[in-house]
Amino acid sequence: MSEDHIEEPIAPEALPLDAWHRARGARMVPFAGYLMPIQYEGIIAEHEWTRTNAGLFDVSHMGQLIVSGEGAAEALETLLPGDISALKPGRVRYSLLLNEDGGILDDLMVTNVTQNDGEPTYYLVVNGATKWDDIGHLREFLPDEISLNHLDDRALLALQGPRAAEALERVIPGIADTLSFMQAGNAKWNGVDVGVGRSGYTGEDGFELSVPAEQAEALAEELCAQDMVKPVGLGARDSLRLEAGLPLYGHDLDENTDPVTADLSFALSKKRRESGGFPGADKILSLLAHGPSAKRVGLMIEGRMAVREGAAIHAGEARIGTVTSGGFAPSVGQPIAMGYVEAGHALPGTKLTVEMRGKAITATVTDMPFVPHRYFRKKS
Amino acid sequence: MTIYFTEDHEWISVEGSTGIVGITDHAQEQLGDITFVELPEVGSDYGKGDSVSVVDSVKAASDVYTPVSGTVTEVNTDLEEQPELVNNDAEGEGWLFKVTLSDKSELEGLMDEDAYKTFLESL
Repeated sequence: MSEDHIEEPIAPEALPLDAWHRARGARMVPFAGYLMPIQYEGIIAEHEWTRTNAGLFDVSHMGQLIVSGEGAAEALETLLPGDISALKPGRVRYSLLLNEDGGILDDLMVTNVTQNDGEPTYYLVVNGATKWDDIGHLREFLPDEISLNHLDDRALLALQGPRAAEALERVIPGIADTLSFMQAGNAKWNGVDVGVGRSGYTGEDGFELSVPAEQAEALAEELCAQDMVKPVGLGARDSLRLEAGLPLYGHDLDENTDPVTADLSFALSKKRRESGGFPGADKILSLLAHGPSAKRVGLMIEGRMAVREGAAIHAGEARIGTVTSGGFAPSVGQPIAMGYVEAGHALPGTKLTVEMRGKAITATVTDMPFVPHRYFRKKS
Repeated sequence: MTIYFTEDHEWISVEGSTGIVGITDHAQEQLGDITFVELPEVGSDYGKGDSVSVVDSVKAASDVYTPVSGTVTEVNTDLEEQPELVNNDAEGEGWLFKVTLSDKSELEGLMDEDAYKTFLESL
């Protein structure tokens, strides 16, 4: 038996909850330069638990950054295609760090955390594997009067699932009800400030909790003391996000991919489409107007054998694309995948074949998400 | 009946010139939830160390190498509908295939149960 592992070049670091994960039976693996829990009791059980109850994910490997100063929104808009100046305090938005060619350097969440008309302040959560490059990029391109702080003394926990709000209410009362999907606020817990955003990476309702590192274990412990909460590892995080149709940076997105081809045009705000002024705007706006030559699509895979990243996609004899993520989808009950195909083959219902270990496997282009999102939106 | 183990975490249970091959409990534990097992074709000949089967788990696919040379005489068709048998009983009902050994001397290079245990502890 052998498994394909990607060897990490440097020794991975331990995160604040390392001992807590081990005590709970986690198998730890190197990921993004850190040792991370891939699973506790098993990926499928953890996946299903998150879809029916609430899963607690340690995502402390991700970069938590603060960008602040007069003109911070305008400065961020020179690097991101989002309408950051229209983002109100307490609102969260998905955005993209772009290079001059319109390629995606990272995908991230931006929250306006400005307090009571104080200095404009934005909280960014970026991918773990790209955070050092992101910090370098931001330092290089943000003007000197805008400050950038890396909150490396904070842990990040994600509480996800249909019973996440109920669990959070028990531990940190009063905050869940004030938030709708993509809103954020602050709460006091155990005498410390916890940043709470109603967002996540599973397609379920849920929260991301930014907490001082030395309090992370106590918070994780108290959340998991609730009968509807169990710790969930990176393995299920990946299968949940794949079912939710959410791309994973470094796999489904990279600096050679633009937002239109990646089917992330929703991250190009209407105002920014009109005004431009973000990196690669000319190229991206032209792709929007004329259509991209390829597109990120979902694929439903026939049979039980999973197709994996890198597998070739064919239409008849012609190679027309590549799988970028794939695996067995526990909530769908069959393998699914995400990949890029030439635009002429991107319509839902199109039958294609994926080459996997010498076999031609039938795949059908499918609308994403594979499992409907169940985000919580308050009726206003 | 004697059971042997490989450093790649396969087991082979030998009686006469017939062997039953599977992956070890340690291997299934490492792989996690198994969702699909690609079995070899009955009648095919393989050399020792050839990749003959693939075990797909939620996170990755892993090759299974045959510990001995020989001809595949039967495969565990129950795995087509219940791949989780490998998780539940890797060294029993979760066997993968049967093989007629073409060279019994190949068994000499394999580990017995005690040696495999010691090997696991050394990992």
